[in-house]
Amino acid sequence: MSAARAQFFAGVKDTSPLLIGAAPFGIIYGVLATSAGIPVVMAQAISLIVFAGSAQFIAAQLIGAGASGLVIVLTTFIVNLRHALYSASMAPYVKDLPRAWKWVLSYLLTDEAFAVAITHYRDNAGEPNRHWYFLGAGVALWATWQASTAVGIFLGTEVPHEWSLDFTLALSFIALLVPVLRTRADVAAALVGGIVAVAAFGLTYKLGLILAAFCGIGAGMLAWRLGK
Amino acid sequence: MNLWLVVIVAGVLTFLIRLSFISLPANWEMPHWAQRALSFVPPAVMTAIVFPEILILDGHLAVSLHNHRLIAGAIAILVAWRFKKIMPTIVAGMAALWLLRYFWT
Repeated sequence: MSAARAQFFAGVKDTSPLLIGAAPFGIIYGVLATSAGIPVVMAQAISLIVFAGSAQFIAAQLIGAGASGLVIVLTTFIVNLRHALYSASMAPYVKDLPRAWKWVLSYLLTDEAFAVAITHYRDNAGEPNRHWYFLGAGVALWATWQASTAVGIFLGTEVPHEWSLDFTLALSFIALLVPVLRTRADVAAALVGGIVAVAAFGLTYKLGLILAAFCGIGAGMLAWRLGK
Repeated sequence: MNLWLVVIVAGVLTFLIRLSFISLPANWEMPHWAQRALSFVPPAVMTAIVFPEILILDGHLAVSLHNHRLIAGAIAILVAWRFKKIMPTIVAGMAALWLLRYFWT
């Protein structure tokens, strides 16, 4: 087996535990999207075009609630803005790759792929084929996400509303949130973001999340300056 | 706006966010204040999603023991704190929600 191929399959293998977590999410997204009245073809196309689990959950909710296109686009942007941090961390490792590679790896740069690939980049300094590992991780997650979305769409309205599967979105964010609260300024950003989102819940056009994100970031900056 | 156009614009923006720093020249450095601001995006956005989900019931603020999502969310926070893993957090939160619904009305 060539070195590139070995790296690719090592990436697939190391991602497999995360696939067990990603698959139920894809299924739940498919169920929520169809319950929100999104046509079957579009629900799958969103997984192909946007390819970002949590943003897709929120977008499905917003579409179901009849939010405007601009609000859906802005909210998706805010929810996915954390990927810029991944892009910045990954940039030094992929700087010498051809443009096509950079584009493909960027498309595949999800939370999970980032977590797996960045660890591999850091732990294997001399390895020249690490981008193949990243590709393997990304492709495994991509294929799992597309297939599980399709299963969810197929199950669709068969899944009873009483199961409250939409609650998994909040739960997954609780799990992701706790480890990112490292400093007092992080806690300030989180508290203000959450409180503003509750206070602005009734806001027209579903602008609450966008407003809350800006207030939370501002609070974090302020707390950081005061604490310096 | 046409919904297909919305999906495509959202997808292109998501791609551009992910490509952003990867496509920049290697010697370019982000200003410190911008790095700082970006680091507050995950905590601010995540609670902005979680708080309304667990604190608002039928369109109203519901800080009460009968708000099942609030109690299940609190249990999930404790599990996330203790184990720092996604799947146990989700399993504990969903189990709490279902049990509360059947045994605690």
